[in-house]
Amino acid sequence: MSHLSAETLGRARDLVALYPHRRSALIPLCHLAQEQDGWLRPEAMEEIAGLVGVTPAEVLGTASFYDMLHTEPVGTYVVAVCTNIACMLRGAYELLEHAEDHLGVRAGQTTADGVFTLEDAECLADCGRAPCLQVNHRFFGDVTPEGFETLVADLRRGALDGEVPHHGTLLRVRRTGGLQVEPSRVEAERAASAGAAAGRANQGGKG
Amino acid sequence: MADPVVTSHHGLASRVAPDAAPVTITIDGVPVEAAAGEFLIAAAERAGTFIPRFCYHPRMKPVGMCRMCLVEVSTPRGATLQPACYMAVAEGMEVVTTSEKVRKAQDGVLELLLVNHPLDCPVCDKGGECPLQDQVLAYGPGESRFLEEKRHWAKPIPISELVLLDRERCIQCGRCVRFAAEIAGEAQIDFLGRGDQTEVNIFEGASFSSVFSGNTVQICPVGALTATPYRFSARPWDLDQVESTCTTCALGCRVAVQSSANRATRMLGVDSDPVNQSWLCDKGRFGYESLNSGDRLVAPLRRRTPGGELEPVSWSEALSAVADRLGAIRGASGGSALAVLGGARLSNEDAYAWARLAKAVLGTDSVDAQLGDGLPAEVVLGLPRATVDEACAAPVVLLLSGDLREELPVLFLRLRGALEEGGTRLVELSSRATSLTPLAAASLAYRPGEAAATVAALAAGKGGPEGIDPAAWTAALSALEGAGPDGAGMVVVLGRPSLSEDGALVAEAAAAMASAWPGARFLPALRRGNVMGALDMGLAPGILPGRVSLAEGRAWFEEAWGPLPADRGRDCAGILRGAVEGSVEAIVLLGADPLGDFPDRALADEALEKVGFVVAVDAFLSPSAARADVVLPAAVHHERAGTTTNIEGRISRTAQKLVGPGQAWPDWMIASELAARLGTELPAGSVAELWDEIERLAPSHAGITRAALEAPGARDGIVAPLPASPVSLSRRGGPARIDPVATPGIESVERQGAPPRAGLAERSGVADDPAATTAGSVGRPRPLGWPQSVDPPHVGPLDNYSLRLVSGRHLYDEGVLLEVCPSLGALADRATARANPYDLDRLGLTTGGHVKVRSARGSLVLETVADAGVPRGVVTIGFNLGVAGEAGGTGGAAALIGAGEAVVDVRLESLSGRTTVPRTPAPKPTPTPAEEEGA
Ligand code: SF4
Ligand code: SF4
Ligand code: FES
Ligand code: FES
Repeated sequence: MSHLSAETLGRARDLVALYPHRRSALIPLCHLAQEQDGWLRPEAMEEIAGLVGVTPAEVLGTASFYDMLHTEPVGTYVVAVCTNIACMLRGAYELLEHAEDHLGVRAGQTTADGVFTLEDAECLADCGRAPCLQVNHRFFGDVTPEGFETLVADLRRGALDGEVPHHGTLLRVRRTGGLQVEPSRVEAERAASAGAAAGRANQGGKG
Repeated sequence: MADPVVTSHHGLASRVAPDAAPVTITIDGVPVEAAAGEFLIAAAERAGTFIPRFCYHPRMKPVGMCRMCLVEVSTPRGATLQPACYMAVAEGMEVVTTSEKVRKAQDGVLELLLVNHPLDCPVCDKGGECPLQDQVLAYGPGESRFLEEKRHWAKPIPISELVLLDRERCIQCGRCVRFAAEIAGEAQIDFLGRGDQTEVNIFEGASFSSVFSGNTVQICPVGALTATPYRFSARPWDLDQVESTCTTCALGCRVAVQSSANRATRMLGVDSDPVNQSWLCDKGRFGYESLNSGDRLVAPLRRRTPGGELEPVSWSEALSAVADRLGAIRGASGGSALAVLGGARLSNEDAYAWARLAKAVLGTDSVDAQLGDGLPAEVVLGLPRATVDEACAAPVVLLLSGDLREELPVLFLRLRGALEEGGTRLVELSSRATSLTPLAAASLAYRPGEAAATVAALAAGKGGPEGIDPAAWTAALSALEGAGPDGAGMVVVLGRPSLSEDGALVAEAAAAMASAWPGARFLPALRRGNVMGALDMGLAPGILPGRVSLAEGRAWFEEAWGPLPADRGRDCAGILRGAVEGSVEAIVLLGADPLGDFPDRALADEALEKVGFVVAVDAFLSPSAARADVVLPAAVHHERAGTTTNIEGRISRTAQKLVGPGQAWPDWMIASELAARLGTELPAGSVAELWDEIERLAPSHAGITRAALEAPGARDGIVAPLPASPVSLSRRGGPARIDPVATPGIESVERQGAPPRAGLAERSGVADDPAATTAGSVGRPRPLGWPQSVDPPHVGPLDNYSLRLVSGRHLYDEGVLLEVCPSLGALADRATARANPYDLDRLGLTTGGHVKVRSARGSLVLETVADAGVPRGVVTIGFNLGVAGEAGGTGGAAALIGAGEAVVDVRLESLSGRTTVPRTPAPKPTPTPAEEEGA
């Protein structure tokens, strides 16, 4: 009855095992579920809650805080146009307006065919190539209105399939297994940090 | 042992260090002494300087989120604005709370808080008692520069049957979110979104189903969370209130009972440091609806002809009918043919009057306040007692009881808090996972019938019995080391784990504990109302008021009361059996509903059928009362003054706020009238005189005078018996009971409530009568003690085809209370058969399918649920619940339990009627890790 596929679930369990506290795996698991479904379905959030030992409300609370996690369905390609200052000075507003006209949706909406979701974003840290945008978290810089149309056409005909994965996929290289280091090393590091914390506490510090 | 300074997860001290030397700080130029580690906001408040606040709540960890409490604090770099709720005092600290800088900060915070606030006070429940209103008026800028559109949300949205959410009004103080996560441990409500789109909400499709949800309404500093039952019903100035005690369960939380025009309108939690620390459960909080119910009995009822209808009659006709009949039976067959069941609904004074009526006038010792669902009275009263505070401070708590969140909800909160703080470790003996299991150092899944053996093995420090997870066993042994060799560091929470496991088996386990750990103390987890007070007052076979046995107290009480029954009487099961056999000819039901509450429903049913005469003294026509020959309407708590006693033995006053409906009378008056008609006047003619008599005669209550109970220092009640050496009643510590922002609903009614102002203010003390404690010629009897011998019933082996039944109480059951409270009725749980997936599979049963559950006593069709929290070989079926699905029916496991059976073994049959054949031979005990994770 698991909503997560056997493969996703296996990777989720590996991730949970990586952390000293189960709930630390919350955000990685949200990305994983998003990779499976394209967005975070309620069923997935409930399952994640069980896996990391929090309530579904806490998963939703966390997921709804972060822009990269979608708690509502999105298109195959999420296009985030930066409108922060550097991009704005280099024509981001015009670019966004053009994108809205071209796709026929407003920022925050998804095209009727379910292919594109358009978003406006704060600084994407690619100011050197302003105005810039991301498609499924892959960068495209110095985007002109014409360039935007070409980009959309390329995406539609699959010309960028090798470069832009479907929505939700973050990693280019997937980790192949669970923990990659010797368990003894993890134990040693945890013990050392616990020791250091105890040392700090003994000095009477109040955080 | 935990460090005395408990640190919050923010690394800040959240508790004062009791041993550290106090520090001196200056607040607005005045030197103030404060405890090291104390927060500035609390130190200032004690010194009389109120610092405005929203997010800070004295019973929760501070978060410094709202910035309303900014004050100027001197630092080496000059004075800076600091949140007083989040800053611990330090020697020499100089604090200014009224400077221009502070005033400007307060202005700014409030102006920003109002940017998105709808200001719909006229239609907001909080209007008139709203910390936002009050603090904007007192500290706000007066006008706003904000002209834009405020944000809008759909409002209000129901987030449960009881709570409505208005996100526009929310100021994001996080109190509700923190309460749910930190205090209740169920983060069902959380902040969603970010920035100006932040909202408080529940998970989509879920419900805020926590049984503590009402607390968030009480502490929300605005009208964002409102309670459905109270919505739009009053303003604080329409209300009047008294401080009283909740008697819905036996923990006895302190409450403010508010009413308007003789209608109960609201119940709020008062901060009683040793008991409920301001919290209530929803059943206690919203159960006041029963007081207003149209189903209340308002006149005596009587069947004028045998088999006829119950019809309203006058009190004198009803009382004469009862007295004539009881007197006739007493004359013909002796007092032992009469029996009295129940008493937990009564106040102590009522219970005392009824005990005296039963034992000294009716001449019967067959009196039982427990309906076969508790523990032997001698054991409860005889074991050395612990308080809730002691349990929460003990290094080890050993728990053998039902699920506390279902039975004594706020005790669960208190214990949960202690376990979270980390100084206390819990070892749980439970035949199923409970709400405390996730916090337990070890949870030992014993099979019903094997509790004493499990305790003996634990005490011996040997290997665990078969069927108990070895890892849990090892963890339990290591946790128990913290209690010391004689168990002085241990408090046992002792209740009834399952109604299908004889109470004598629990007594046997308790005896094993008391002998293995002679230093251990016990906190009884009996759940019903004032059951402890009823037992203290002698409403149990073989017991006289003041926790003395019939034999020990005979001479003392005969001197005051006259002759007492020669022999020990019967308990509830014995009374019902006697009624069936004919040796019990009349039963008085004192607010008792054996059809709903006695574990063996068929026996209760047969007893009420066969017994010649039934009198019900009740507030409602319960299923049992409906079978009575005479029904006498009783006034209930908050409709009469008196005292009540909680599980600790803490005696507190329940105040009268309302006038009972119609002709309902207090129970003691009914006892008194009956006694008079039976030829013996009871001397006490008022609640006060009854208490004086109790104080004089009941050994465990000696010294607890009316004056002592009414003294301001005794507002949290007085634990009986008083310690040998006198202690001061006033305790340091614990926040103020009335706090304008922590409990605005109480403070506002106190400040502006409608006259007459009975109020929370103390009434003038009653002078103590110094002669009252002098005794007669006989010496005062000694209260019950320990050791006692217990005689456990025999437990047979579990056969391969059967599962052992565990039947626990649910908070929301089919009891009369839920039925008569419109807001709670829909919450009642449904009965299902929960078993380990292994067993379901072994028996060839599917989850969600229906099975016939058959015991030696009866059968029941139920839906099955796979639950890895249920150990193998066990099936759990809730008690007094309706049956889910098409099968329908009432009572839950009551159909399966036979009174007098030590344990109940049942078979699950597929609905074709055949016993299903197990696919594998025997139930294997140890669960696999996968099972533990699943379900
Ligand atoms: S709903 Fe009330 S208690 Fe909860 S965060 Fe908002 S204002 Fe605070
Ligand atoms: S825990 Fe018990 S005493 Fe406290 S509010 Fe609930 S029912 Fe009342
Ligand atoms: S402003 Fe657009 S990437 Fe930094
Ligand atoms: S920040 Fe101190 S009360 Fe909110």
